Amino acid sequence: MNLATFIQHFLNSLTLGSLYALIAIGYTMVYGILRLINFAHSEIFMLGAYLVFWGITLFHLPWPLAIVASIILVAGMGIMVDRIAYRPLRDAPRISALISAIGVSFFLQNVAIVFFQAIPREVYRPEWLENPIIFHGVRVLPLTLFVPVLSLLLMLGLVYVVYHTKAGLGMRAISKDIETSYLMGVSVNQVIALTFGIGSALAAASGIMWALRYPQLQPIMGTIPGFKAFIAAVFGGIGSIQGAVIGGLTLGFIEIMTVAFFPDLAGYRDAFAFILLIAILLVKPTGLLGVKMEDKV
Amino acid sequence: MSIILETTGLTMRFGGLAAVTDFSASIPKGSITGLIGPNGAGKTTCFNMITGFYRPTQGQVFFQGQELTGKSPHCVCRAGIARTFQNIRLFGHETALENVLIGAFVRQKTGWIQSVLMTPASRREENQLRDQAMELLDVVGLANIAQEKAKSLPYGAQRRLEIARALATQPSFLLLDEPAAGMNPQESLELMDFIRTIRTRFDLTILLIEHDMKVVMGVCEHMWVLDYGLTIAEGCPEAIQSNPKVIEAYLGEEYVRHA
Amino acid sequence: MKNTTWLNLLLILCLGLFLWWADGTLDGYKIRVLNLIAINIILALSLNLIYGFTGMFSLGHAGFMAIGAYVCSILIMTPAQKETQFILQEAYFWVQNSHAPFIVAVVLGGLTAALFGVLIGIPLLRLGDDYLGIATLGFAEIIRIVANNIPRVTNGALGFKGIPDHANLWWTYGWCVLTLFLIVRILNSNTGNVFKAIRDDETAAKAMGINIFKMKLLSFSFGAFCAGVGGALLASLVNTIDPKMFIFIQTFNILMIVVTGGLGSVTGSILAGIGITVMLEWLRFVENPITIGSWTMAGIPGMRMVVFSLLLILVILFRREGIMGMREITWAGIARFMKRGKA
Repeated sequence: MNLATFIQHFLNSLTLGSLYALIAIGYTMVYGILRLINFAHSEIFMLGAYLVFWGITLFHLPWPLAIVASIILVAGMGIMVDRIAYRPLRDAPRISALISAIGVSFFLQNVAIVFFQAIPREVYRPEWLENPIIFHGVRVLPLTLFVPVLSLLLMLGLVYVVYHTKAGLGMRAISKDIETSYLMGVSVNQVIALTFGIGSALAAASGIMWALRYPQLQPIMGTIPGFKAFIAAVFGGIGSIQGAVIGGLTLGFIEIMTVAFFPDLAGYRDAFAFILLIAILLVKPTGLLGVKMEDKV
Repeated sequence: MSIILETTGLTMRFGGLAAVTDFSASIPKGSITGLIGPNGAGKTTCFNMITGFYRPTQGQVFFQGQELTGKSPHCVCRAGIARTFQNIRLFGHETALENVLIGAFVRQKTGWIQSVLMTPASRREENQLRDQAMELLDVVGLANIAQEKAKSLPYGAQRRLEIARALATQPSFLLLDEPAAGMNPQESLELMDFIRTIRTRFDLTILLIEHDMKVVMGVCEHMWVLDYGLTIAEGCPEAIQSNPKVIEAYLGEEYVRHA
Repeated sequence: MKNTTWLNLLLILCLGLFLWWADGTLDGYKIRVLNLIAINIILALSLNLIYGFTGMFSLGHAGFMAIGAYVCSILIMTPAQKETQFILQEAYFWVQNSHAPFIVAVVLGGLTAALFGVLIGIPLLRLGDDYLGIATLGFAEIIRIVANNIPRVTNGALGFKGIPDHANLWWTYGWCVLTLFLIVRILNSNTGNVFKAIRDDETAAKAMGINIFKMKLLSFSFGAFCAGVGGALLASLVNTIDPKMFIFIQTFNILMIVVTGGLGSVTGSILAGIGITVMLEWLRFVENPITIGSWTMAGIPGMRMVVFSLLLILVILFRREGIMGMREITWAGIARFMKRGKA
């Protein structure tokens, strides 16, 4: 493998990794607060992508407007999902909410099949994104540069919200101890709604970039990236935003690089994440940056 | 008297925090011993180290001459140590009888294959276990509500059921974590009698954690006092009552108020 | 023998008569639905054993079914049949030449699934709740991906076609009754009490001297065995298998039956197994074109799962304990009910 190909692989890994990271953040934030694997998150990702192209083709919206509209709609949808399917189950056993989440996931996926049909659709990409940039023999799509940079900006924005705003303080408080947060006057339900909103918006952003990068839309497009991003969140230490980013990037690199160096394993590409998951759960169930919670006897 | 349980220098640290430091105790066979101390003194941590729920940072546990340090809870129980929990932990969806039967499982000889095949040996044993369980329920006075779900029982009955369940494992050593918690004076009095009765009847050695001074002083023959994880005193109830360190650390207000 | 034993035998006899009648009179489609009911009950009972009775949230059922289905299919297809199937790559010698009667194939399918249950149970059963769920789901996905990538055993993405259709009403209901018998026997023994104890309070169960890990592994691999049997029967019933058949939705359907029936209720799983299988089949009409008079409405693909998943959400939101909760329909209960009716 020569240097140019390696750089291409490197940039591809970075792109894929940042997309995983953006989805993983939503999983990790919700899990951190509610101890719930939000299965519906992968459908939020898918809907984010669909809505943009719907907006463009059906309502002839200009690109930026379609993107903004889609992100807002999808963020609202994330909040709705919480309101309807999870909030009534806050006091129920944890698995009840998880089953509800699985139900919502299948529901949204099949609603998408009803509306958009199951067949994959080509995604139209603006021309300036189509033409690869060639630099010293390294061929890169503009998107490959664009995605990591934009993702980084979004993550910085998120870090600002979580660590420098009152709402962020609320999120951190709830993730430490939801009961006490109630008592301390944190408007828990609002903060949770905000968490779902932000997580969903990031997933939508990731979904849109995903659809541009791998130009195809289909209702089940969220399932596999969703699982993988959740695994990335577990790998990084669930509940930790930094962990989600590290996990996402790690997974991106593992997938692209393993296939690059061992092309024979290409068929197993989707299995890497699950193997990584089982491995991390066995070695360090709390993930890289996770904190161990003592079992109380 | 022979020593049934001995701990040497048991220490438990969580991170940098020492919950229990250097707990050394030898408990004679057949005795009723108390472990007392203010809240957060590390009493339950001691229980958890003895019963294998925590692996001690340092120190050892010997039971009937056999080392138990770091053994898993089910091995400890198999060796003959049973316990109850401070915040009652029954199998809520099961009946009182089933709770006791589950306790007896550890001594059951016929396995699941025999149960599935309905072999005579397995039937005989399950019937026998059932009879023994009913007997135990009778001992704790719950025979008439054997078919009630555990979670629907009143508080006092739950406490007694938990003891019956522990007895079903056929222990020679029983640890009771605050058996009198939430009981009124009359009930506590009955409990003291009850503890003495089961000691004789099942040939037990009993170690109990208790807050209720009346229970501790009334039933225990010997006691250890913990404060901030340190053993500050040990001795017979009279000696403890007059020990200035204990009075200062724990009995202080309570004892003075009572006197 | 106790009265209830006679009543149970009577019930089985009635079932037998019903099957005999159904076999002779009903059309192929209805018989197929009846078969699916039996298979779904087997699968639901096994998941209920694992999750409802032992408290292990497992989402790996599709994986065990796949294992059972592939093992069984390879064994019941004749070598000549296999010769024509493996187009991608030639089958391994042992795949090509192994052949066994249906019953052996089903048992081996179940045993292989149980073996995998043990193998993945050893590392994974230490995990709690949702972590176990996602890890077992990962296992099922890995099985599927592996099946896609070992064409010399599984014929890759093409799968198998024309699997001999040995599975008839007698086989499926025979296995269904057997599974029911085994699971009820275990649950009624003290071992069953211990499973429930682990579900209710793991810590207390440990303190009672129960080797949690061993008992969980027992329940898990037993459930895996039944799931493998279910998968094997399914393969022979539908005649065609490929890796895509064993996606997460398979597990989802079974989870749906178990939750609707009631976690920890055997009779609940049976009732929901019947109800939901029938409903899933009935809902197929939504996806087919509907003709009313001269006017034809196009079928709506996806609608079936929309309704179905909505139902799951509604059940979990408004009737979390399902049809039966943890209760059971028993002969004694029916007798009480009848008496009350008379009085």
